[in-house]
Amino acid sequence: MNILALFIIIPILTIIGILCTKDHVGTRLVSAIGMGLQLITSIVLIFMFYAERNAGNHADMLFMVDYMWFQSLNIHYLVGVDGISVAMIALTSVVSFAGVFASWEVKDLPREFFISLIVLATGVFGFFISLDLFTMFLFYEVAVIPMYLLIGLWGSGPKEYSAMKLTLMLMGGSALLLVGLFGIYFNSAPNGGQLTFNIMEISKITIPMEAQRFFFPFTFIGFGILGALFPFHTWSPDGHASAPTAVSMLHAGVLMKLGGYGCFRVAMFLMPGAAHELAWIFIILTAISVVYGAFGAIWQKDLKYINAYSSVSHCGLVLFALLMMNETAMDGAIIQMISHGLMTALFFALIGMIYGRTHTRMINEMGGLMKVMPFLAVCYVIAGLASLGLPGLSGFVAEMTIFVGAFQHPDTFHRVVTILACSSIVVTAVYILRVVGVLLFGPIRNEEFNSLTDAKWFEKVSTITLIASVAFIGIVPIWLSDLIRMSLKPILDQLSSF
Amino acid sequence: MNLDQFLIMRHELLLIGVVLLVLIAELFIKSDKKHHVIPIALILFLLYTIVGFLPAKTGVLFGGMYQTSELVILFKNILNVAVFIILLQSASWLRKDINHERISEFYIILLSSLIGMNFMISAGDFLMFYLGLETATIPLTALAAFDKYKNKSAEAGIKFILSSALSSGILLFGLSILYGTTGSIYFTEVAEKLVASPLLVLGFIFFVSGMSFKISLVPFHFWTADVYEGAPVNVTSFLSVVSKGAAAFIFMVILFTVFKSLSNMWGDVLYLLSILTMTIGNLFAMRQKNMKRFLAFSSIAQAGFILLGIMGASELGMTSVVYFVLVYVFSNLAAFGVVSVISDKTGLESMDDYNGMYRTNPKLSLIMMLALFSLAGIPPVAGFFGKFFLFTSAASKGYYWLVLIAVLNATVSLYYYLLVVKAMFINKNDAPIAKFKSTFTDRLALIICVAGIFAIGFASPIYELIRKLSFGL
Repeated sequence: MNILALFIIIPILTIIGILCTKDHVGTRLVSAIGMGLQLITSIVLIFMFYAERNAGNHADMLFMVDYMWFQSLNIHYLVGVDGISVAMIALTSVVSFAGVFASWEVKDLPREFFISLIVLATGVFGFFISLDLFTMFLFYEVAVIPMYLLIGLWGSGPKEYSAMKLTLMLMGGSALLLVGLFGIYFNSAPNGGQLTFNIMEISKITIPMEAQRFFFPFTFIGFGILGALFPFHTWSPDGHASAPTAVSMLHAGVLMKLGGYGCFRVAMFLMPGAAHELAWIFIILTAISVVYGAFGAIWQKDLKYINAYSSVSHCGLVLFALLMMNETAMDGAIIQMISHGLMTALFFALIGMIYGRTHTRMINEMGGLMKVMPFLAVCYVIAGLASLGLPGLSGFVAEMTIFVGAFQHPDTFHRVVTILACSSIVVTAVYILRVVGVLLFGPIRNEEFNSLTDAKWFEKVSTITLIASVAFIGIVPIWLSDLIRMSLKPILDQLSSF
Repeated sequence: MNLDQFLIMRHELLLIGVVLLVLIAELFIKSDKKHHVIPIALILFLLYTIVGFLPAKTGVLFGGMYQTSELVILFKNILNVAVFIILLQSASWLRKDINHERISEFYIILLSSLIGMNFMISAGDFLMFYLGLETATIPLTALAAFDKYKNKSAEAGIKFILSSALSSGILLFGLSILYGTTGSIYFTEVAEKLVASPLLVLGFIFFVSGMSFKISLVPFHFWTADVYEGAPVNVTSFLSVVSKGAAAFIFMVILFTVFKSLSNMWGDVLYLLSILTMTIGNLFAMRQKNMKRFLAFSSIAQAGFILLGIMGASELGMTSVVYFVLVYVFSNLAAFGVVSVISDKTGLESMDDYNGMYRTNPKLSLIMMLALFSLAGIPPVAGFFGKFFLFTSAASKGYYWLVLIAVLNATVSLYYYLLVVKAMFINKNDAPIAKFKSTFTDRLALIICVAGIFAIGFASPIYELIRKLSFGL
């Protein structure tokens, strides 16, 4: 059996397993086993991928499986992976594994919680392995819809409002996206012949330029909404702040990466001509995202809002780098996706754990947490340092590569926006260090906090998994870069042909 | 009448047989045991439904007045399945004491209406079409007023008869102008002699308006919400699924065959009607608190989506419309099934009453959620595929802006479907609807619907079958 099928089958089996359990102990055990298996499968996938490549298989996509689905419309169930999807799949399984442990103590309707969480993860896995626009779109929506229940039922604060806002904005995004996909489909055979949704097939032909100009914005904005593209990012802070811990982790860590991934795999790869022509508009928008997100984070007092705005800034950086369209920058963009996915998941996990103890997320109501919960506090510092780009951790590699790549453009426009975007690094340092200083050091402001306990074992599993991954990328980035660079080549070829 | 003719008309003739048998059964059952009619009627109808699926002849009868093709037979079968589900859902309502004397009445009236629909979609000329339409509509009036002891139901009956009389008048006027300009009422002959003269265009517009009443397209939708709210739940589901589906089908067939040379003109008309219907249906649905009114407006909006498929004016378009109706049958009947079960057991029909229902009746809430997701077009349930193909059909003709408006409308519709989900799952309630056990027939109906919602989307052979039987301009 094909290894990629496992990424759909394991979650389905896990869900069936959860339905057979009686209490919350069984439920979380089954979920942990399922997601653990998923993690192991994705590690196996990485090794199999390398083995294939070393054996001299240089096809663009490996482990392809192709089933005809709706014959008359030429819709296939078509899956396959390249290095980038393998990296994204690994990220997804790490984050969802950590997410299960971070929500170990969900007491209210645990079965429904874990089922929704796993449906979300399945949608993401399916999205990353799809090579057919129809299945890709299907999995995209599968990933979005459980968010409503997850936030609405188990969230906090104005959860119903945030859940509705998030769901509707993302579904509005998918509306734009659908129009873009139809545009690609009906222009996929300009010289006559069979229309197709197959990404690899479409990349071989050239979509007429007028069609590209019309449909590129639909597709790019459609995916961009999920990647928190300014001014469509407003769902993100509210949604993340209200979501329960594991959902914030998966959402900021993985789901937002769907946006970035879709932008280059679909919008830029299939419509390179329009990508070149219209890039400047989106470069300006993403530069605003980067700077605005960072400044937004400074003004917030709620830990989750701080991190949500910082996600807007970091995800903006992903799209920004992709639009630079050269090897270094795009390489950096992918590393940034992975790196941000891991560290933001770590942040949200820690915030959830701290909130579970102090019952507040306002930084000015807390202080001196280093003294009462040293483990969590140290992890928080590590996450913060990764986020502001300290060498040795993943954030540094990503941002460094992006800005070096972006600066390679010799013209004034690119240089100016790059410098503007660079300024976000400084702002990031400001808000991270401020939070760390107020939250972790200094006097304990609330007497009751003295009796708080440090991390429990399942929380340690969750955080250590993530920290190990962050450090791994920071120390041997070349390993991830290798995986990515090979696979970027067809995309860059496509882009440079214009 | 020889065997060949019988085989060609077997749906209608067998159905008449079922009605007569129910009538005979009614005569021989003692007055205190009238509820025995229910299983008899169910079994007879089930047998008829199964026989309908057996392959048999197609052809033309009565000099072209009556015609049937594989696609028409398939569509009749879809309607039969829908009616069977509705009969299952109505069983426990009919068992109530208040309906004791009127059980067989219900079956006879409902099935007579179905006979009319069968004749209508088999029509080969405008006379048969009109006769079928009226045979389908008049019994429906009696059904809408079935709860005659309730003011609202009686009001629904009156509203329905008045508005359908008006729309039939308009339709008939349009048809007579068509006859006047072309000199024929046969579909094939009218299509040949059609010339876009001003008088004919006028007739065409009257025809479209009349049909819009029947399918309840905006701005001809005003009767819908009141009638749907006043009629008993099961009648409402019949109106919104079977009646609307059949009318939409014959509307599409007539546009594709008779008016094919006017396709540019009706393309523009439908463009406008579909935008109005989707948008206004959605805007009104948002504000409804009564579940029946809510589903009424949501089904108005769904009719707007169906128009998108018709606008494709191709095999693809016809396939997507038939396929969507099939999906819509199961999704909408699942939603109506839950509403009907709850209204039977508790008499509650307001959205606020559903608050916190998941904690007491998890299965019903889950079915409701699936049904609503399917109506909203969320994968992996069948509604997603249905909507996707409708949009594909419109996009294939280059109506990209219309598709955008439609998909945004689908997002808006998701908002109000999520309001129900929110009520059931998220809202807190001190006294939610108490836990109850539903009857066997109710459960069977809901299981069929859920199986349909899940299976039809993934089962591409069904789609391909419809595609094989469809035709374009």
